[in-house]
Amino acid sequence: MPNMSLTKNPMPVQEPDVRNHNFEEVALGYTKEQAVDEANRCLHCKHKPCVAGCPVAIDIPEFIAKIKEEDFEGAYQIISKSSSLPAVCGRVCPQETQCESKCVRGVKGEPVAIGRLERFVADYHMANCKAAPVKPESNGHKVAVIGAGPSGLTCAGDLAKAGYEVTVFEALHTAGGVLVYGIPQFRLPKEIVQREIDTLKEIGVKVETNMVIGKVLSIDELFEDGFEAIFIGSGAGLPRFMNIPGENLKGVYSANEFLTRVNLMKAYREGSATPIQHAKKVAVVGGGNVAMDAARCAKRLGAEEVSIVYRRSEAEMPARLEEVEHAKEEGIVFRVLNNPTEILGTEDGFVKGMRCVRMELGEPDASGRRRPVEIPDSEYVLDVDCVIMSIGTSPNPLIRNTTKGLDTNRHGCIITEDESGQTSREGVYAGGDAVTGAATVILAMGAGKHAAKAIDEYIQAKK
Amino acid sequence: MYEILKKTILNPTVARMEIAAPLVAKKAEPGQFIILRVDEGGERIPLTVADFDREKGTVTIIYQIVGATTMALNQLEEGDCLHDFVGPLGTPSHTEGLKKVAVIGGGVGCAIAFPVAKKLHEQGTEVHSIVGFRNKDLVILEEEFSAVSDKMVMMTDDGSYGTKGLVTNALKELLDAGEQYDEVIAIGPLIMMKFVAKLTKEYGVKTIVSMNPIMIDGTGMCGGCRLSVGGQVKFACVDGPDFDGHEVDFDEAMERATMYKEFERHQYDEACNLFQKEVR
Ligand SMILES: Cc1cc2nc3c(=O)[nH]c(=O)nc-3n(C[C@H](O)[C@H](O)[C@H](O)COP(=O)(O)OP(=O)(O)OC[C@H]3O[C@@H](n4cnc5c(N)ncnc54)[C@H](O)[C@@H]3O)c2cc1C
Ligand SMILES: Cc1cc2nc3c(=O)[nH]c(=O)nc-3n(C[C@H](O)[C@H](O)[C@H](O)COP(=O)(O)OP(=O)(O)OC[C@H]3O[C@@H](n4cnc5c(N)ncnc54)[C@H](O)[C@@H]3O)c2cc1C
Ligand code: SF4
Ligand code: SF4
Ligand code: FES
Ligand SMILES: [Mg+2]
Repeated sequence: MPNMSLTKNPMPVQEPDVRNHNFEEVALGYTKEQAVDEANRCLHCKHKPCVAGCPVAIDIPEFIAKIKEEDFEGAYQIISKSSSLPAVCGRVCPQETQCESKCVRGVKGEPVAIGRLERFVADYHMANCKAAPVKPESNGHKVAVIGAGPSGLTCAGDLAKAGYEVTVFEALHTAGGVLVYGIPQFRLPKEIVQREIDTLKEIGVKVETNMVIGKVLSIDELFEDGFEAIFIGSGAGLPRFMNIPGENLKGVYSANEFLTRVNLMKAYREGSATPIQHAKKVAVVGGGNVAMDAARCAKRLGAEEVSIVYRRSEAEMPARLEEVEHAKEEGIVFRVLNNPTEILGTEDGFVKGMRCVRMELGEPDASGRRRPVEIPDSEYVLDVDCVIMSIGTSPNPLIRNTTKGLDTNRHGCIITEDESGQTSREGVYAGGDAVTGAATVILAMGAGKHAAKAIDEYIQAKK
Repeated sequence: MYEILKKTILNPTVARMEIAAPLVAKKAEPGQFIILRVDEGGERIPLTVADFDREKGTVTIIYQIVGATTMALNQLEEGDCLHDFVGPLGTPSHTEGLKKVAVIGGGVGCAIAFPVAKKLHEQGTEVHSIVGFRNKDLVILEEEFSAVSDKMVMMTDDGSYGTKGLVTNALKELLDAGEQYDEVIAIGPLIMMKFVAKLTKEYGVKTIVSMNPIMIDGTGMCGGCRLSVGGQVKFACVDGPDFDGHEVDFDEAMERATMYKEFERHQYDEACNLFQKEVR
């Protein structure tokens, strides 16, 4: 008997006024009962429209059917055929534009809470399934993976399972990519990422941290060292600034710097060795997930007022719906249709305000979204002591500058032939944000999977 | 883990360590730096590659104890290990084609300047070194500098050793005496580099400075190390740390360096208590 409720089972969460003072996870996860009840909302559609909305085509009705039967481990096995990071994607996928956007239950009422169910299944598996992963027998072929973000880790995992000897080279001192340095603890506990990495190590993947490829070793040297193929999953980690006056004042951060200090370097913890400004009034410029994360971190560090300053309207915000909702609940102020023009400083060089101009929406631009245009004479000064620039990132030039014959486009993204990830260099594959520019975890993971398959075929064909 | 093979105290607040780091040693060039973490949970701090031995696979760092992390570093002894040690980072110093150069080092900046002076000397460049310290007790690398310099001037602020005065006094004297340098390379406190650059601008001598803004990743990912150079924003960790001294906005850099002063003082006091040691 299907559950015909028009709304999803609500996600149990920490109360907004409690959670905006701590870094513990916001969403607490479904109970078994809630999961089964939600699973019963799925109509098990024959044509599976939801699957088409998932970039890695998880067999959604199949895994949900297992939840109905309370065979949670069975559900996990179905998901893990297509995804290697369900505990992550269940938490951070923009479901409203992907799987859930295609769900027939969403035509009238809310779609099935596919992401929440995926998270439930993954968490259940982690808590209850103790079977140690088995290390496959080596096929003697060596592959190098650059970058330990979702694309690199997925590629490494798939290749290791196929018997390859995989070494992941990571520039930072901790593996995980944006999952550890960008996305905060309260949205994605680092223990989850660590467990994924531990599992990879158990199946034989070597993870070498402190290895900035392009500096310590080049792509060519990796080939000389006997790696037969290389996957580049180095992400899009180069921050953009607005180039407005005052941007070098003390108290102006890129979101990358702010989040790295908070998340990777644990500056939020009492006694952390890494400093961070504990500002009173913070403006975060931008409207994506990164901006929401920065704003919510600033709030948790004790800021009295945190504003999102975004030049378009809320409808154009690229952030996940849930992040926007959570941010609002936590008291983040949304100043949409506002654009900064200058940051003002005190005599001793700290931020004391941000001059903004109000905007209105004009004709659609190249992105299809209505172009924001300035309203004349609408300037005002926002009272802030910290500004976090969160207006986008692009791929770091380190690798392309040190690798001959690796073609990139004018945005600095590595050019690949097709979804195999094959680059202009033989044996070199790439995927994730390094290819697409800043995108999503699931797309990066999918790219890692496709490249692993292509690398396997490439090496097998060489023999 | 990166083992400390040798530790030498150079003066009351400066020490030298030789670290086993074969991959860093293989690629390191003068002008580059490393980033280390003393222990898990420690902060990431940049230090210049003061020397390297490709055969032995070692990298030498020279650090001045100025705060909590350098104090924690100094607690380690030979046989202990650093948790993280990544490099070589940054762009190597350009030395090609230089026939005659004045290398200026101020305080612990001498540690950064020395490998460049050494490389210049080895490639046959005439090197005039001017090294400055606050007083005699703080002098480091005197022998090393003499060995690679065709001319060497020692300055102390209080005159307790060498000539009394600032490095800029010595440089001005040499320039007034008609010395013609292809380049002046000045490395030391920001205020010193600022005044060297001011002086050489008057004389029209190209000047390279090594900038040391606050860094985290050292790979161009955070933008925290940004500087204004010729009106443009540069990331010191990838575009530098060497820059044209006549283009750098020193006042802005000096402001930015004080961003976390209060926090640093607090950490330093805590560390002093922890290690129950009075340094300075
Ligand atoms: C704050 C923030 C919040 C986000 N929120 C979401 C969300 O809610 N949902 C979602 O789907 N997506 C989100 N994203 C986007 C998502 O995290 C990325 O699209 C995804 O992580 C890209 O994966 P990747 O493997 O391509 O690269 P990354 O995760 O960026 O990993 C790249 C790794 O390569 C390393 N590296 C870089 N250069 C080198 C080198 N030269 N040598 C060695 N290693 C190198 C980096 O240090 C890094 O560890 C968010 C991003 C940010 C920054
Ligand atoms: C490229 C580069 C090369 C350097 N080479 C050397 C060297 O060879 N020898 C040496 O003694 N010092 C060097 N430094 C400076 C050294 O990094 C700092 O002295 C050290 O980080 C201080 O840490 P602390 O916790 O002990 O002191 P703190 O009390 O935390 O800081 C003291 C001062 O050091 C600076 N500082 C603090 N944190 C950082 C950071 N993360 N990055 C850069 N500067 C910081 C600030 O100006 C601060 O006011 C270099 C810096 C850079 C950027
Ligand atoms: S991976 Fe993402 S898009 Fe695919 S089913 Fe799960 S939540 Fe939906
Ligand atoms: S579209 Fe919705 S209801 Fe239909 S199978 Fe997919 S999740 Fe179930
Ligand atoms: S230290 Fe982060 S960009 Fe230079
Ligand atoms: Mg410090």
